Amino acid sequence: MPDPLPGYIGKLRDVLQSLEASVGDRIRVRKNDGFVIEGILMPRERLYAKEIIVIKLDNGYNIGVKFDSNTIIEKLGSRVEIKGIEKVKPLRKPELPNLMIMSTGGTIASRVDYETGAVKPALTSEDLASLIPEIFDVANIDTDILFNIFSEDLTPKHWEKIAERTAKIINEGFNGVIVTHGTDTMAWTAAALSFAFRKLPVPIVLVGAQRSSDRPSSDSAFNLLAAVVTAAKAPFAEVVVVMHGETGDSYALAHRGTKVRKMHTSRRDAFQTINDLPLAKIYPYAKKVEIINNRFRKRGEDKEVAIEAKFDEKVALVKFYSSIDPEVIDFFVDKGYHGIVLEGTGLGHFPQRLINAIKRAVEENVAVVMTSQCLFGRVNMYVYSTGRLYLEAGVIPGEDMLPEVAYVKLSWILAKTRDLNEVRRLMLTNIAGEINPRHSVNLYPRWPHEP
Amino acid sequence: MNPKLSPKIEIDYKALDLKVGLEIHQQLNTKHKLFCNCPTLLVEKEAIDLFERRLRPTQSELGEVDIAAYFEWKRGRVYDYEAPRNASCLVETDEEPPHMLNQEALEIALAIAMALHSRIVDEVHVMRKVVIDGSNTTGFQRTAVIALGGYVDIDGKRVSIQTICLEEDAARKVWEKGRHVGYRLDRLGIPLIEIATGPDMHTPEEVEKVALTIGQMLRLTGKVKRGIGTIRQDLNISIKGGTKTEIKGVQRLDLLPKVVEYEVLRQLRLLEIKNELLRRGVKEEDIRFNPIDVTQVFKKTKSKVILRAIRSRGKVLALILPKFKGLLGVELQPKRRFGTELAEYARFWGGVGGIFHTDELPAYGITKEEVNKLYEVTKANPETDAIVLVADEEEKALEALKAVWERAKYALRGIPKETRAANPDGTTRYMRPQPGAARMYPETDIPPIEITPEIIERAKKLIPEHPRVKIRKYVSEFKLSPELAQQLLRTVFIDLFEELAIKYKDKIPATVIAHTLTSTLKSLKSDGVPIENLSEEDISEVIRLVAEGKMSKEAIPEVLSYKAKNPKLKMEEIIEELGLRTIPMEKVEEIISKTVEDLRKVILERGERAMGIVMGRVMSILRGRVDGKVVADIVRKKIKEIISKG
Repeated sequence: MPDPLPGYIGKLRDVLQSLEASVGDRIRVRKNDGFVIEGILMPRERLYAKEIIVIKLDNGYNIGVKFDSNTIIEKLGSRVEIKGIEKVKPLRKPELPNLMIMSTGGTIASRVDYETGAVKPALTSEDLASLIPEIFDVANIDTDILFNIFSEDLTPKHWEKIAERTAKIINEGFNGVIVTHGTDTMAWTAAALSFAFRKLPVPIVLVGAQRSSDRPSSDSAFNLLAAVVTAAKAPFAEVVVVMHGETGDSYALAHRGTKVRKMHTSRRDAFQTINDLPLAKIYPYAKKVEIINNRFRKRGEDKEVAIEAKFDEKVALVKFYSSIDPEVIDFFVDKGYHGIVLEGTGLGHFPQRLINAIKRAVEENVAVVMTSQCLFGRVNMYVYSTGRLYLEAGVIPGEDMLPEVAYVKLSWILAKTRDLNEVRRLMLTNIAGEINPRHSVNLYPRWPHEP
Repeated sequence: MNPKLSPKIEIDYKALDLKVGLEIHQQLNTKHKLFCNCPTLLVEKEAIDLFERRLRPTQSELGEVDIAAYFEWKRGRVYDYEAPRNASCLVETDEEPPHMLNQEALEIALAIAMALHSRIVDEVHVMRKVVIDGSNTTGFQRTAVIALGGYVDIDGKRVSIQTICLEEDAARKVWEKGRHVGYRLDRLGIPLIEIATGPDMHTPEEVEKVALTIGQMLRLTGKVKRGIGTIRQDLNISIKGGTKTEIKGVQRLDLLPKVVEYEVLRQLRLLEIKNELLRRGVKEEDIRFNPIDVTQVFKKTKSKVILRAIRSRGKVLALILPKFKGLLGVELQPKRRFGTELAEYARFWGGVGGIFHTDELPAYGITKEEVNKLYEVTKANPETDAIVLVADEEEKALEALKAVWERAKYALRGIPKETRAANPDGTTRYMRPQPGAARMYPETDIPPIEITPEIIERAKKLIPEHPRVKIRKYVSEFKLSPELAQQLLRTVFIDLFEELAIKYKDKIPATVIAHTLTSTLKSLKSDGVPIENLSEEDISEVIRLVAEGKMSKEAIPEVLSYKAKNPKLKMEEIIEELGLRTIPMEKVEEIISKTVEDLRKVILERGERAMGIVMGRVMSILRGRVDGKVVADIVRKKIKEIISKG
């Protein structure tokens, strides 16, 4: 049973318990300065647990009233349980494609309990039909809840589960799958699915929200509609991330799962394609997909699904920092790791003092891959002597792969083979669009320098 | 059918049990906005950074949505935002979570709460109040109760305070076109203090007095913004048998009594309409929603509005309001009829341009024949029934007529609960239905703030001085008469006065500045000069010119009057144009010497009695350009010289 008095501690909690009060009850509080107030007992955020009573006044505002030995609390009435709304199953239209929305965490849609301020996720198709009805003009939609985990807590084990369930859904005949996902690690999962689906006849679209769905300005409905339009209409069968294309509600972008990165902590258009163009612009209100990058697997080209959804968890991602100690590398080797991705400087460099540690790693059959903290551009380890030294030590250059993508790829490869020659060959092979052999000038964004 | 209404309504507020509550919103003059580090300034230039958004009503657990919000969304409202770089950031664009509540704003608000004897809450909780007209990029306004209860005493009468809130101001609406509304984000997030009184005012004049007193107290903190739009009053008004109506956005104090009077008038008229309908035996079920397509009637119409609608494949739909004839033309407020109210519902709910109704026809290009035909086609009774027309896309026209129908039915019940907006003439227009209570939920991005003794101590230092103290200070420090000090305190110019009086301490008497800010502006206004065109900068500029000896203080009224009528001219240009630039003393002496010389004969004849003639001649050249007293001194000296020389 959930705590009826969340965030309430100490003496105050005892008093509330003795009154058999719980959040949502109507109470009256009297203080010895003559202050009397009536309202609904509200929960406290655990982090701010204090002996202060939170009351919702009849005008809707919350205030905190300090509890002391002279405070008298009375319970005036219990919370009237509210019945949920009547839910209506959306009609199926045979002419529309069938899509599945699978949730893994985060809340792409929710309702607010104005009584307690709680936000309740709304994830069934009935919920979506009342909250974001437009999506049913584009497709017939079923929903599936895989798990509900903060995205920072997802591990390669979860990628495997998502891939397996998605494959099953596609095998059931769905024309596209939408995976709702917390935005923090959405790009990691997108990369994992990109490698996992060796044969894919329909699009898999990851989508999330940068503004929570309990607010009128949430980007969740816009993004979800864009994702549905993509899954229903896009000519490609790729794993993509679909999110806002700019700060306004004009278009969304479909990013290739192996080239996308969250580049901003909070903006709607945080997701950007690095070292490539996004695949398409999506206009959700016009329900239109405009292709801007033709390098993709066509929808229906593969007739069936084939997955290789195993990931080796013994892979590390080590970022360069100025005082880095060779023991950092030794630690992973001693712990029996199978692979290390280095996020080096510039063209792909690490301090010369680590060369022996790296040599030892390779000798102990640990695959070492070099990427760059610059993110933009390609590593090239022939230009400077340090790079050549590391190449000689057996480090695999990571082309223009993002460090996180190289990490996911190495983890996927090592689950298949530990033969370093094979690992090298696969790392340098473009498997899921993660390597772009050509960078045209426009692929590097301009940053503002006008006042 | 002529409605039997009283020709002129005499209002007896006491008998009507008038109750008015005030909500005063005042911008605070803090360094930063309430939830970010942007300065609190308005930007007049159009911004480079533009983006558009839509808002979607949040649903409650019960599936409830704010009905007005729902309609805005359903109509596909698009909000176009301008983000000035020097006055907005990612917080205003809703691209970054709010920062912690501005402590300076909190302390000012707490100081005001203490001055109003209000009980400060122990812990402040910031709430989200759902507002989806686009004026908040988030779709809600962040607001918090900081104190409850309290009072203010005015002329021996106690007016209660209900709540004091600290909240963020909304974005500025800069344009509207079809489905699109343009907002500028500079004003969004400026701290506002909201003071709500109890419904304790019983006459229109009392409302103004209370607003004035509270406004004065706010200004006495020296921590509030000044100028147009920095203080706004909302009213709630009720009378016996009527309905409590909310009226938003009265910007001018002197308009308050008029707004109250007009609202009472409106309610009385609506009650008369109700009684007349009952007298005519109309029942709610008689008023049916049965729109009739009458496009055919207007195939060859001369009405441009209807023609345009038909040409763009729209329709003309008619709704019969049985036995309403004559009532749609009843004036509720000056120049606003019952038909106007129906039109506003049609506009709000249907998004149409407006309506036509038979009480105002034939007119607007619609002929007598067309009206007759209209009654014929709809089979309405031309003697008793009114017909409302809407010409637009069918769907919009239907929504519009539905709203008209609902409103017309309500006429039988009385006065609907509405939020109305004030017009510049004191009348009001329909804004939206009053929002339900279920639109407030906690702002989880901001932790609750415990009001500690340290915060209270800091706030105490900001408690505004009592007007008495201020008056004493003005008398002793600036040598104003108590009357003038009192007058000054009633204006919005306390800060400006102090600023100028200190700046020009030895150059110009403070009384001149005080007079300018009080009696001069007042008499200009009563002469019909548009003083609303004068900014504080204009007044400062005039005072500066006087202080620098570039014009005389006598010329202040003339210069301000000219500036108000020609706001584009620069102050220096005005002085030049009016020939009011002061002349150097040598030049003055020269003019006087020459005049005295010319009148030598007269002076020798009359002696010192010639003073009047000489002064008349001299002042005709120098009036407004040199202080008269200075001229008189020189003239007297010169005359004496001539006499003594013989």
